[in-house]
Amino acid sequence: MIPALFFYLFAGVCVASAVMVVASRNPVHSVLFLILAFVNAAGLFVLMGAEFLAMILVVVYVGAVAVLFLFVVMMLDVDFRELRRGVGNYLPIGALIGVVLLVELLLIAGAWAIGPGLPKTTGLPIPTGITNAEALGLVLYTRYVYFFQAAGLVLLVAMIGAIVLTLRHKPGVKRQSIPDQLLRRKEAIIELRNVRPGQGL
Amino acid sequence: MTIGLGHYLAVAAILFTIGIFGIFLNRRNVIIILMSVELILLAVNINMVAFSTHLGDLVGQVFALLILTVAAAEAAIGLAILVVFFRNRGSIAVEDINLMKG
Repeated sequence: MIPALFFYLFAGVCVASAVMVVASRNPVHSVLFLILAFVNAAGLFVLMGAEFLAMILVVVYVGAVAVLFLFVVMMLDVDFRELRRGVGNYLPIGALIGVVLLVELLLIAGAWAIGPGLPKTTGLPIPTGITNAEALGLVLYTRYVYFFQAAGLVLLVAMIGAIVLTLRHKPGVKRQSIPDQLLRRKEAIIELRNVRPGQGL
Repeated sequence: MTIGLGHYLAVAAILFTIGIFGIFLNRRNVIIILMSVELILLAVNINMVAFSTHLGDLVGQVFALLILTVAAAEAAIGLAILVVFFRNRGSIAVEDINLMKG
């Protein structure tokens, strides 16, 4: 009874906040509802028994991605009310496509069933007796090490790409130039004058 | 009552649909479109983990982890492009993104 209660709690709040993400007028509210949706999805993951992914979801999405969204929303000086103009134009077609898609997906999920004769596990059975994080770590660094490295490469490329895209050199900003510093010679910058006593230059 | 695979698949389907709907609803605001894409990827992750735990197969969770990585990279790159675009054009409306129409 308790798991069912928590499932409906997490699922309900998750879906409701997802609706608020797309329907909210203020993008800051959208980001905050996105955080709520992700936290509740993490709760669903815990209910399913994937604790490690739940924690990763909280850390990566709430800690990094949502804060990045919040940062960009607050940094850009955009009139968001102007962007909301014409929202109703696409509401009928969007609702139509959404409803059709949802009905199709639910029909598939409702009518589809795993054949009873099939073996229950295929490739990699979830080991019992160890934690979820340990089980994931045991395969992630051995059997899926190339995928792991590829994920790291994707993150590296994303990081470099983001830096390259957003880095800019303003013309008026003074920066340290080490070659210029090293090439300075005493003769070019110091002038020796013979000053007589009691007189200025 | 027991919560089975179908319940989680239904939640994922609803989230996926809300993501698609959000893209149509906010045709002008790129930030909301990016958030809708995040919702869609979250729905995919819920599907992956639901099947993984239902079938007792750990591979689904490994791939959910990889999807999470790609989603984070996508958000970072998308927002970086958005910041650069705003710097150049002073707007993030989707209709203004027509420089490459030729």
